[in-house]
Amino acid sequence: MPFQRKDLLGIRELEVHEIEHILELAFSLKEINSRSIKKVPTLRGKTVVHLFYEASTRTRTSFDIAAKRLSADTFSIGATTSSLTKGETFLDTVKNLEAMKPDIFIIRHSASGTPHRIAQRTPVAVINAGDGMHEHPSQALLDMMTIRQFKGRLDGLNVLLVGDIAHSRVARSNIWGLTKMGSRVTTCAPRTLLPPHLETLGVQVCPRMEEAIPHADVIMILRLQKERQEQKLLPSLREYAVQFGVNAQRLRRAKKDVLIMHPGPINRGVEVSPDVADGPHSVILEQVTNGVALRMALLYLLAQNQP
Amino acid sequence: MQQEGFASFLLRQARVLDPEHHRDETADILVSGGILKEVTPHLNIRETGLSNVQEIDLEGKWVAPGFVDMHVHLREPGEEYKETIESGTRAAVAGGYVAVACMPNTHPVNDSSAVTRFIVDRARERGSCHVFPVASITLGSRGKDLTEMGELQEAGAVALSDDGRPVMDSMTMRRALEYSRTYNLLVISHAEDLSLAANGVMNEGPTSTLLGLRGIPAAAEEVMIARDILLSQLTGAPVHIAHVSTEGSVSLIRNAKNLGIQVTGETAPHYFTLTDDAIMKFDTVFKVNPPIRRHRDVEAVKRGLADGTLDAIATDHAPHSSLEKDTEFEFAANGAIGLESALPLALGLVREGVLSPLEMVAKLSRNPARILGIPLGSLETGKPAHLTVIDPEAAYVLDAETFQSKSRNCPFHGWKVQGQVLMTVVDGRIAFTRLNL
Repeated sequence: MPFQRKDLLGIRELEVHEIEHILELAFSLKEINSRSIKKVPTLRGKTVVHLFYEASTRTRTSFDIAAKRLSADTFSIGATTSSLTKGETFLDTVKNLEAMKPDIFIIRHSASGTPHRIAQRTPVAVINAGDGMHEHPSQALLDMMTIRQFKGRLDGLNVLLVGDIAHSRVARSNIWGLTKMGSRVTTCAPRTLLPPHLETLGVQVCPRMEEAIPHADVIMILRLQKERQEQKLLPSLREYAVQFGVNAQRLRRAKKDVLIMHPGPINRGVEVSPDVADGPHSVILEQVTNGVALRMALLYLLAQNQP
Repeated sequence: MQQEGFASFLLRQARVLDPEHHRDETADILVSGGILKEVTPHLNIRETGLSNVQEIDLEGKWVAPGFVDMHVHLREPGEEYKETIESGTRAAVAGGYVAVACMPNTHPVNDSSAVTRFIVDRARERGSCHVFPVASITLGSRGKDLTEMGELQEAGAVALSDDGRPVMDSMTMRRALEYSRTYNLLVISHAEDLSLAANGVMNEGPTSTLLGLRGIPAAAEEVMIARDILLSQLTGAPVHIAHVSTEGSVSLIRNAKNLGIQVTGETAPHYFTLTDDAIMKFDTVFKVNPPIRRHRDVEAVKRGLADGTLDAIATDHAPHSSLEKDTEFEFAANGAIGLESALPLALGLVREGVLSPLEMVAKLSRNPARILGIPLGSLETGKPAHLTVIDPEAAYVLDAETFQSKSRNCPFHGWKVQGQVLMTVVDGRIAFTRLNL
């Protein structure tokens, strides 16, 4: 079996052949989403619980659609609707849900490592849907799927990550995944938005957009949260937009077939200008489309591995 | 102290390690009526004129002046579900300690003579060993108004610290050092710049970046140590640096000592044993403050112990229940229990050649006693007997489930270790023993 894990917690621990297998399966499942009747019986009788301790629209909807297209039953527990507000710990919540015999937990949590701690304590399969600043494996996998769709490969590509690497789980998971698959990853951001010792993750740091852009086959733009200015990590969003924003003028020096990606949600006019977000190089919405197929693949694989 | 009858016993042919008297030799030790009567190469029992002397053969074992832990949290008053003075001192004697200095971050904070007296009284009633309260520097450890240090001393406080929190305001720290000097009360610095620590949850380094956890840079500790060294120089008051964890901290203290500044330092077993890679599985048992650091810091702490820069090994015994520890890593409380695992880890330094047996004993008994100004840490005939008996070779697996502490947050649980406390003698009474007597 090429993928035998109980959980999908991060990209860091995955082997190259496991990533290959997930991507291939996702490509083959993608077709279901363009049928007129978008449902297959594969996960009939399986129960998928979304446990979201942090706000999410895209990821949660994407997982939910993926589960439903595979005919699984799905339930959602959010931080505000859970007994967390009544003082119950996450572990008690998980144990109570576990007692209802679900098959897969999809967990998002603001504290890094929480899905890992839960996975150690429950026989239910756990998918990490984003933990703190740590990992967001399904996002990185759908990003790799999208790059492969347009470029035909991951090996040997130059991928430029622009923006808030320090606080980004998407960046970390993509760095693990892309470097494993043979891409070269360069980061570009003001120093306050780069985590200390970033080089130890196997990426290059280039402080100037002008130098980084001409080499890039893919430019992955990260969301800049407004609170970074309040935290004094940036003097102003305006300067950030001027220095690091991806706009049409900067892209003139880019390769003709450069891909523009963004995990969303987008701050138009801050990290990316509208003409680029909606422009010919942008594959931002294809990322979202691929997300459903990729998550169907994950649900299918983990359900299969359940005893 | 619990009252029991005094016994007379003769410890036969142990290796006696007494750094105060530069003694490292095989000898017999006679304890009678609670008093250390004799330490001599060979004692003829009939010459003592005593009857009912229990003889205990300790060949191959070590006897040291009773250990003193200058940094523990006993959690009473206020958090008795984690630890009490009773359970904490039981853990202490099981770890070879005859005295502990307990930090003031209880509920309420030990910032008044009433709380200090409560601790002293409770220890007298229920304690298995001596308890020396450390009172807070500022009211509520809030870092603003100084406590009534004279009265705290009269009530039994032996030192002052806002442990768990730094005194962030430099002027307040200056005044604390000046005022405490009036009473010769030592100020113990919890060195952490809170704005640099920035709510971090582990050491800032490659591992924190990898795990996406907020990091606490070494500089957060070092900035404050540098400040407190300068304030000690300014005021002429001694300052003791608690739980030293970084390479830079060791070097700051070393330089200050070379300049003749009255600074002393302690570290804890987790800082000379563990690196932050231990956190890779988000296990909250490894969450402590200051955080466990990198390999080079561990090595620097060992060098600091070896060259005398770091005077004492304390445990920073910090009991927490599953309520504080069985949570998300970010939300878990800082702290690890240490009283019952310190000795084998300290002996590891002896086996590695970092410390001689005599130096190890000095850092566990004489030095902390001297720093706190308490009359312990040496073998004085004619004085109450305080002894720790060690089997340096015993190999076993540390099992926190068998600990006397109420809490189980031991980062070394399951470790194969070598070296065990066999017996602890407090005021001439056997307060703990693993021997079949």
